[in-house]
Amino acid sequence: MSTAAIELREVTKQYRFFTLDKVSLRLEKGLVMGLVGPNGAGKTTTMRILMGLVQPDAGEVEVLGCRIPEEQVRAKWDTGYVGDEMRLFSSATLKWHLDFVRSMFPGWDEAYAGTLLKRFHLRPEQRVKGLSRGEEAKALLLLALARKPKLLVLDEPTSGLDPVARQEVISELMEVMQDEERSILFSSHNTYEVERISDRITFIDRGRVIDSDDKEVFLERWRRVSLGVPDGVTLPTLPGVIDVARSGRVAVVTANAFDPALLPAYEAAGATVHDVQRMTLEEIFVANVMSKRKERGE
Amino acid sequence: MHTELTISQADRRPMYLQIMEQVRRRVAMGDWLPGQEIPSIRALAASTRVSVITIKRAFLELEREGVVVTRQGRGTFVAENVNLSRTLREQELEDHLTRAAGVGRELGLTSSELEVRLRDVVKQLAVGAPDGGAGEDE
Repeated sequence: MSTAAIELREVTKQYRFFTLDKVSLRLEKGLVMGLVGPNGAGKTTTMRILMGLVQPDAGEVEVLGCRIPEEQVRAKWDTGYVGDEMRLFSSATLKWHLDFVRSMFPGWDEAYAGTLLKRFHLRPEQRVKGLSRGEEAKALLLLALARKPKLLVLDEPTSGLDPVARQEVISELMEVMQDEERSILFSSHNTYEVERISDRITFIDRGRVIDSDDKEVFLERWRRVSLGVPDGVTLPTLPGVIDVARSGRVAVVTANAFDPALLPAYEAAGATVHDVQRMTLEEIFVANVMSKRKERGE
Repeated sequence: MHTELTISQADRRPMYLQIMEQVRRRVAMGDWLPGQEIPSIRALAASTRVSVITIKRAFLELEREGVVVTRQGRGTFVAENVNLSRTLREQELEDHLTRAAGVGRELGLTSSELEVRLRDVVKQLAVGAPDGGAGEDE
């Protein structure tokens, strides 16, 4: 029995203009994984495969120890999914939706649903057609959260939310993580948010996983080094360095496996080290995508 | 016990360092007393809205510094014999160094030039105070 909340092994799905190419990922129980990628990278397809909504051409998928799609019904009892294509019934009230979901899921926590209504500033008698986009997003999340699922799969849960609503949603997600048996997989274009709340981070580009690691390891591995390079000095090629941008007497080196030994190596070659800087997740993401695309000659 | 720590996006230091600084301050100011139990990692992660792994890393480093101790299966506590004044002085040193490095960057100094300047200052202090009283004068 696997202890992972999510496991994908070499999952492939081919469409006419897009291929999800041998995607492998693993999320252990009790952790938050942030999925980051450009539009059309395959984040939504990956999530839809996890939910049994898309059938992969090859590979293995397991959610909470259940094989997908064969055992998807069992997995779904304990999984809360909010996808970007989901909408509530516009003519019904929020209360109608609450009653509907409650009637289906025995794990529904009425008191928690009430707390969430207050925290999200929603009223049960509101009709869906009168909700703002942000309110509808919060309502969808509430319906998933109040079931107390072991796993939350959330496709851009904060997109379209104002900063206050975004913080309300993030607070609730972190509240869920007080329970070490629960896990969250979410995607977001807000890299600061991902950097802040994720334990593990996965970068996807053009249907491939280009990197997946612990957040702290990611942030420790990457550095940008500014060098002064006098005329006639050639910078050596060093391990762990993925990009050297030289203009005039200044060079900026990007390392994805930074080692302090790089600095004396550059100085021995005649360069001076001006500065070593950490990178934000956003900078790491962009540098990573660019270097992988270059590597593949795209 | 006051549990909410704050993380600033404008602060360029990594999040785990920001958390370490705030825990050290709380201990140094006496908000968190020696021997007192600290909220669980998951509780702190929730109230601070930051990942569990980041709080874990901060606590691991704080344990190495001797500010907190983790007792298997019982939780994390403020160390009994934590040297408060030292903790605070460590913090002060960190702040001064950060500020000095910032000014150095504004002046366009390289990190090796900065290192040389620091070494010079240390040397001067050693000459002025042969009994090891370095650090008392500004």
